[in-house]
Amino acid sequence: MTDDQLATQAEISAEIATIAGTLGRGASETQPRLDYPPYRSSVLRHPTKDLHQVDPEGIELWAPAFGHRDVGALESDLTVQGRGEPIGERMVVTGRVLDGDGRPVRRQLVEIWQANAGGRYIHQRDQHPAALDPHFTGMGRCLTDDDGTYRFTTIKPGPYPWKNHRNAWRPAHIHFSLFGTEFTQRLVTQMYFPSDPLFDLDPIVQTVVDPRSRERLVAAYDHDLSQHEWSTGYRWDIVLTGTHRTPTEDETEDDA
Amino acid sequence: MSTPTPGQTVGPFFHDALPYPGDSELVPPGRADAVRLHGRVLDGAGTPVPDALVELWQADADGHVPREPGSLRRDGFTFTGWGRSATDDAGHWSFATVAPGSVSGGAPFFALTVFARGLPNRLFTRAYLPGPALGGDPLLGSLPADRRSTLVATADRQGFAFDVRLQGEGETVFLTYPRH
Ligand SMILES: [Fe+2]
Repeated sequence: MTDDQLATQAEISAEIATIAGTLGRGASETQPRLDYPPYRSSVLRHPTKDLHQVDPEGIELWAPAFGHRDVGALESDLTVQGRGEPIGERMVVTGRVLDGDGRPVRRQLVEIWQANAGGRYIHQRDQHPAALDPHFTGMGRCLTDDDGTYRFTTIKPGPYPWKNHRNAWRPAHIHFSLFGTEFTQRLVTQMYFPSDPLFDLDPIVQTVVDPRSRERLVAAYDHDLSQHEWSTGYRWDIVLTGTHRTPTEDETEDDA
Repeated sequence: MSTPTPGQTVGPFFHDALPYPGDSELVPPGRADAVRLHGRVLDGAGTPVPDALVELWQADADGHVPREPGSLRRDGFTFTGWGRSATDDAGHWSFATVAPGSVSGGAPFFALTVFARGLPNRLFTRAYLPGPALGGDPLLGSLPADRRSTLVATADRQGFAFDVRLQGEGETVFLTYPRH
């Protein structure tokens, strides 16, 4: 498809508005719609049949374990992976990973990836003509602590263009990958920054049709996390879906 | 009860972050008991999806649930039960692993999670080992025959084949769980 054949932002925004109108008054949807035509690449990639509900069994009641063997201490600081300081606004992003009952998800893997300050990924398929930063890969990992807290030091990513429609821009975001204590809790999502003017225009944010649910994707600026002459700070808590396994005695003790 | 954070698509730029050396080798591929679990991810037009990621989580050959860390830096000996495989340009993914045993008497299956650019949220499914043990399985028993077959892997020369069809003809049964 040539750029001329792409839909305009006005056409995409009209589609977004029409779908927003289908959310019943008082209805709530916690997850994105899989069938969301304004996000053009979803058209052939979403299941058309309802998801089939099943009680988790066997392996599904457990999640893989990760430890310090898997993740090095420096992997949570995306600003020290090169030989010099990356360009951009240094910031801390931290928060807690909780399960559906509000309990901390302890000692579990969190992975992130993001564009640099100019909105460019190191990914080969990113052809956006913004500068690569030789001191920034945009990838990090950490383990949550005993309180379920994760913490990354990174650079604030820039917004970037994509080819969903003409003049399409993604709001600045960090991709997050999370595990719980059960297979059923696996989550990949994106964290956004407060008051981004691109939210309403972006069909990926808008796959989450319920505005209250969209708010759960937005971090809060937290001045107590900012550090004197060093970095700003954002807080973002992540809640996974509910668990099913009856805790064993070991785990109960662990939770005490 | 807390409200869960919504998922978002994995997008097109995960390849430098999520895949890692040895990610798809739950056991060394040359080991005597190694099997291959592989397949394609296909879209609603039957076109291979070259920017999908499949994750595998499974019991060991004896049906024990692995509790050991080490999936990200494999030591070649510890079976951690977990791995991931990004699709190639032909939409193909592949794992070296062992056939899972039965966990507490249930029919053995591989638990799979599927991510892709264009897919707004992850999808869960099961790839059951083919065989007589499937008769009594409650999930398979609850599905019409044509849909049931989408969840059963096919034995091939090196192990098992399992295509993930995101949409349309032969669409894979994708799962949701209570409390989702
Ligand atoms: Fe992105």
